[in-house]
Amino acid sequence: MKLTLPAYVGRIAFSALAALIGAIFALPLIWFIFAPFNARAELGLAIPDPWTLSNFATVFGNSYAVQALWNSFIQATGGVILVGAAATLAAYALSRSSVPGKGAVTYTLLLFSSVVSGSAAMVPIFLIVSAMGIMDTHIAVILTFAGGLLPTAMFILRDFIDSIPKSYEESAMVAGASPVQAFFDVALPVIRPGIVVVVVWAFVNIWGSFLIPFILLRSSDNMPASVAIYSFYSEAGTPIVTLLAAYALIYSLPVVALYLFVSWKFGFRFFGGIKA
Amino acid sequence: MASVEFKNVSKSFNAFKAVSDVSLDIGDGEFVCLLGPSGCGKTTSLRMMAGLETPTSGQILIGGKEVTHLHPKDRNIAMVFQDYALYPHMNLADNMAYPLKVRGEPVQKRHARAREVADVLKIGHLMDRLPSQISGGQQQRTSLARALVYPAQVYLFDEPLSNLDAKLRLEARGFLNHLQRDMGMTAVYVTHDQAEAMALATRIAVMDQGKIVQYASPIEIYRRPATTFVANFVGNPPMNLVEVECEQGEGQLLLKGEGLTMQGLPMTDAIGKALATSGKKLTLGVRPEHLAIAAAGASNTVTAPLFANENMGPESLVTLDRGENARITARIFTDDHLNVDKVVTLSFLAEHVHLFDGTGKRIPVAGE
Repeated sequence: MKLTLPAYVGRIAFSALAALIGAIFALPLIWFIFAPFNARAELGLAIPDPWTLSNFATVFGNSYAVQALWNSFIQATGGVILVGAAATLAAYALSRSSVPGKGAVTYTLLLFSSVVSGSAAMVPIFLIVSAMGIMDTHIAVILTFAGGLLPTAMFILRDFIDSIPKSYEESAMVAGASPVQAFFDVALPVIRPGIVVVVVWAFVNIWGSFLIPFILLRSSDNMPASVAIYSFYSEAGTPIVTLLAAYALIYSLPVVALYLFVSWKFGFRFFGGIKA
Repeated sequence: MASVEFKNVSKSFNAFKAVSDVSLDIGDGEFVCLLGPSGCGKTTSLRMMAGLETPTSGQILIGGKEVTHLHPKDRNIAMVFQDYALYPHMNLADNMAYPLKVRGEPVQKRHARAREVADVLKIGHLMDRLPSQISGGQQQRTSLARALVYPAQVYLFDEPLSNLDAKLRLEARGFLNHLQRDMGMTAVYVTHDQAEAMALATRIAVMDQGKIVQYASPIEIYRRPATTFVANFVGNPPMNLVEVECEQGEGQLLLKGEGLTMQGLPMTDAIGKALATSGKKLTLGVRPEHLAIAAAGASNTVTAPLFANENMGPESLVTLDRGENARITARIFTDDHLNVDKVVTLSFLAEHVHLFDGTGKRIPVAGE
């Protein structure tokens, strides 16, 4: 196909613009990969010379920062298990049972969910957690996140379960299965892709959150990585770029790994029902 | 195997009455079809037998035992679903063996049994496949196999063939008929396809608006439909229904409609009673296969302009235009349809005529 001159120029201009926008987004990412391996990293982009692991060595020497990664893992995993299990059961009940007003329940919860884990409710949450006597524990963080994420998780999952024909469980029950058997043998495997989506979403949410652990936790032994990252600021409040970069890279790896694992294992595809 | 009985069963969904006061008696070893248009309550009735819905009122008995509020798992029934409901994460062997698994059979035994049934249904070579990896016809047979692996009291079918293409449907229909003859199972089969009901059933319950309109053998339903609804639903194409005016002659009836005349229908008490209540207007019914292109001088004829002339091979459908909702179709089994004109005269015999009163109820004609 032959292009006219204006079309030709237009295409070049479009490609150039796209390349420019791409570069703007790529630069921080390139910095993010280069800086941790550069002993003299600054905020400017520079190819490490020489490549070094000394930044990582220093970070791993900071026992507070290492403990924080483990704390993040405990809080995120605990939250994910609680949210995943509770949301699955609740969403299944909301989708399948004939509870009157179940639609209203879902939407009310959804409305308040953004409030619960948001900064607006920080004071009441602080008071409740304090009254429960679980201040400065992992449990406090896990419960608060579970409360905040559950409604949305339930909403996502209920939608997913609604799209799955009831006849799966019905056929299991007619064949002799109890409702519990039908749920575990038939329904749960079919809705697993939906649960995986919720689990990844909840994990990322908790892993990356700063405010809640910052407020509910006291001792440095319990702080997650999102808070601990501030230990790489000098007393004057300026970041120590080299260590910050190394720690940030380590901090982001579990999330990347989770995505890769899920996409390899489940492909982020819903396989739903059989085509009729 | 067992009998099934409905005693005054009703089911409402909020304000909508899906099934109203249905009583039904299904004998041991009978194959009963629930036939009707969508929304007539046939699937709801079947689901109540299965225990997937609870009646609002009334009683359901299986094998003489009341099961109205019993959980599906405790009814010992088998059901084939319209969408097959095969478990997508299990291979065919596990799918078919699932009812045996929940009955606590060891894995080898249940897979051996599944294989046995699968071989009969000619899907034994697919046991390792997932449901998404087999064709629609094979999926249908898998769901049938899953229902057959264990000895159930009653077999329920919810439009099991409606997702198959025409050729496979005929094949599966024949197989089900064979199976019923072979096993003598008690079966309840829901369908909106009258041909399926006619082919499979020992008795058909024709349903309309939550009620059973007629419950009789297929041949009875075909020969003596209880109402115009049944007459219009059973048969392909359906029975022609024509508004006629009646005049009494000497011991016989004279029928007149637009382009239609008929005489020689013997007068009976029933007809007299119907005329007394409905006035002179009755509905005349003639099946398409009982109409022929009239020979010269024929009596009992209807004349109208030709609307369509469809050749199907062994037969042809000749349709006359008497207005939008009053077309008359004839199934012609000879080559007469080749010589039809723009205006056609069809003839019929008095012995093939059905009469319905003003409310659409059948009036017994002489000899019934």
